Amino acid sequence: MRILEESNIEDIALGAAVLGTGGGGDPYIGMLMARRAIRDYGPVELYSLDEFHDDDLIVPTAMMGAPTVMVEKMPNGDDIINAFRSIGKYIGKPIKATMSIEAGGLNSVVPIYVAARERLPMVDCDGMGRAFPELQMVTHTIYGISSTPFAMSDERGNTVLMETISNKWTETFARSVTVNMGAMSMIALYAATVSELKEASIQGTMTKAETIGRTIRAARQQDEDPVNTVRESVGGYLVFKGKISDVERRTEAGFAKGDAYIEGIDTYIGSQLQLSFQNEHLAARIDGEFRVTVPDLIVLLDVDTGEPVTTEAMRYGYRVAVIAIPCDQKWRGEKGLELVGPRFFGYDVDYVPVEQRFSNP
Amino acid sequence: MRIGIDVGGTNTDAVVMDGKTVVATTKTPTTENITDGIVTALSAVVTESGLDVENLDGVMIGTTHFTNAMVERRRLEQTACIRLGLPATVCLPPLVDWPDDIADALGRHTYLGHGGHEFDGREISAFDRNEIRDIVDSIQSKGINAIAISSVFSPVNAEFEEQTAETVLEVMPEANITLSSTIGRIGLLERENAAVMNACLRSLAVSTVSGFKKALTEMNITAPFFISQNDGTLMNADFAADYPVLTFASGPTNSMRGAAFLSDLKDAIVVDVGGTTTDVGVLQQGFPRVAATAVSIGGVRTNFRMPDTLSIGLGGGSIVGQDPMTIGPQSVGFQLTEKAQVFGGDVLTATDIAVAGGRVVVGDKTLVSDLEANLVENVNQKIQEMVSVAVDRMKTSAALVPAVIVGGGSILVQDHIEGTSNILKPENYSVANAIGAAIAQVGGETDRVFSLAEMSRDEALAQAKNEATERAVSAGANADTIEIVDVEEVPLAYLPGNATRIMVKAVGDLAGGI
Repeated sequence: MRILEESNIEDIALGAAVLGTGGGGDPYIGMLMARRAIRDYGPVELYSLDEFHDDDLIVPTAMMGAPTVMVEKMPNGDDIINAFRSIGKYIGKPIKATMSIEAGGLNSVVPIYVAARERLPMVDCDGMGRAFPELQMVTHTIYGISSTPFAMSDERGNTVLMETISNKWTETFARSVTVNMGAMSMIALYAATVSELKEASIQGTMTKAETIGRTIRAARQQDEDPVNTVRESVGGYLVFKGKISDVERRTEAGFAKGDAYIEGIDTYIGSQLQLSFQNEHLAARIDGEFRVTVPDLIVLLDVDTGEPVTTEAMRYGYRVAVIAIPCDQKWRGEKGLELVGPRFFGYDVDYVPVEQRFSNP
Repeated sequence: MRIGIDVGGTNTDAVVMDGKTVVATTKTPTTENITDGIVTALSAVVTESGLDVENLDGVMIGTTHFTNAMVERRRLEQTACIRLGLPATVCLPPLVDWPDDIADALGRHTYLGHGGHEFDGREISAFDRNEIRDIVDSIQSKGINAIAISSVFSPVNAEFEEQTAETVLEVMPEANITLSSTIGRIGLLERENAAVMNACLRSLAVSTVSGFKKALTEMNITAPFFISQNDGTLMNADFAADYPVLTFASGPTNSMRGAAFLSDLKDAIVVDVGGTTTDVGVLQQGFPRVAATAVSIGGVRTNFRMPDTLSIGLGGGSIVGQDPMTIGPQSVGFQLTEKAQVFGGDVLTATDIAVAGGRVVVGDKTLVSDLEANLVENVNQKIQEMVSVAVDRMKTSAALVPAVIVGGGSILVQDHIEGTSNILKPENYSVANAIGAAIAQVGGETDRVFSLAEMSRDEALAQAKNEATERAVSAGANADTIEIVDVEEVPLAYLPGNATRIMVKAVGDLAGGI
């Protein structure tokens, strides 16, 4: 167990932006919520799964909806607590802790708010190890854990509870209720016991996010090469360095999709990297050949500051380093690749783990 | 004829312009009470140009005064903030992300009320006039007169902010009120922050604008005067007294607009080389490209449309290290004429390298004659490289574009920068700021979310353009001269009905034939 103070939150949020692989929502609002809750209710205890009893019940919490709405109609605060508590009421068992379902982006820090207000611990694990666009895309799905009972609440006091036959159906219904709630809802889902989570979740991801954030901050202060320090701290591979020469964007079925083209600099001169995205970065092709794809993490870093570059912020002239981070092993089996592999997102190519294609100097 | 004045932290510059001709220029120190410095500058240019002030069409003033007040936490007024959106937004009340010292200076008088809208225009909750009256009673009992009002999605629908203002004025007819919908865009905290900053600067703005008026009266100038905004357009004096935050970052904007004028280019890179830093920006259709990300003023996050500039630590006073070779970011700054070697000092600066390399004659060249040719060449190359990397980062496309070099440190830059088609170093480069103020136009903009399920993209664009044009006209632009200078569309993820955010900016010449 260790204590999360206000001062830890900024690092977690910065690291979560890296793990967000270009998407996941801006952690700024979530960071403010978490910092304020810690100031008002006291610090949060972060535990590893081993420190709980196997039959303890854990319920993740998150925000769902359009990032543009989240920065305008901010939550009430009671809404996410309502969603969280209704799961406990429905199951009829006390909830022992909350956790993040998505370590990348905004939802890394939102559960810290819940933990502080409920004076409950937070677990150092999540269901993605990164960010993905839909709620069935979690390692829990691979291991047969249901997303329901699923609770979603709005600021008015409405709570919708649902039971579904699959996690994909939960996504479908939840997305339309979210629109009625004003394109944003607060959700509690994937209730599971500690023994289930030991198998199904990705462990240590809060600490990983915090370490990445701290590394970037320290590298900046010490004038080190932040890209290289980040790469080392995440066990990643340098894929490319270049300058964004074009970004094409389109909206399909509510998702922000597109491709960015990056012209090589330094030792990559003469090569071009094509980066395809759908909310998050999904695939990188160098000179026409797939080199990195989901579920491995593709991260764009500003070469000078090490700051992660989101899909929305990409534009001509940015000098970026493309880093690939191996995803958790859980994503690499048949079921994981069915959920979030390159074919699911429409790329007709087999997934090849990044470490088989790249090596570090 | 018009006069442009730039009131900076260090210098007050003034220029007299006759149409497109620069008739006279001056640079004088800024004074503690702004009026004196302006009078000095005005006297100098009026005398030099032999101008009869009767013939003046207008005076345009650019100032960093309000930015500095915010950064230095000086003369800020106790301010209340009323936000409408209950039951939403409770977990992050107004001022939540402000540094403590400045939030304390304003007194943390924050109130939440019912109201606000959803992204699609539905009400979050009904407006409650009695609730607002109670809030107003509380504000009045504290003796506070400056009030900022924000409401969720007010850029889409501002009715609740307006109704709140009416209710406040019924009880406090003299209240100084700022509505967030009049100054910011989507992003509640940032827009509200801007409204609160505006409210707390209002009394300073009133006294500053009357100081400007006093200076003009002392000079017997009766022509109308205007203040320049951060987007390179003008507002009249009364409007400026109401919206001081709109002057934030007008300095770089004016210098880039001045560069556009002096070079006669509408699309170019502008490199402003000062004593300590070089600011690189992009002119698009004669206006600076604006930053896409949040900008912080004195530690307070806002989403103003600020010019997108890249600042690097290179200037005429940059200190050069030899082993290993370094240039900046440390600088001797305003002490250049004492500390640089060509002026008899003992610090090696970028200016010394330029003199030793024979590219400029300032100070005493013999004092740097023993510098190794190798060193001079290497440092010089490094300087060009720093500039060309910065220029490259700011370019909007791979095509070659011209670059305009302004500012006192322009001598550092050679006649070729990679990625540019040509380099221009116009005359009067050191008063580009004041010139930018003198030539400013009037603008209007709109920024909101359109649902393309209900109308075609062309209809939405046309509607946005109309709104921007109407705003420019109501701000004082001549309708016949209006041009749409910027259109930006951002499709929004996860929203139904093909929601698209459209931002349009229109500008025109000032009505009244200047």
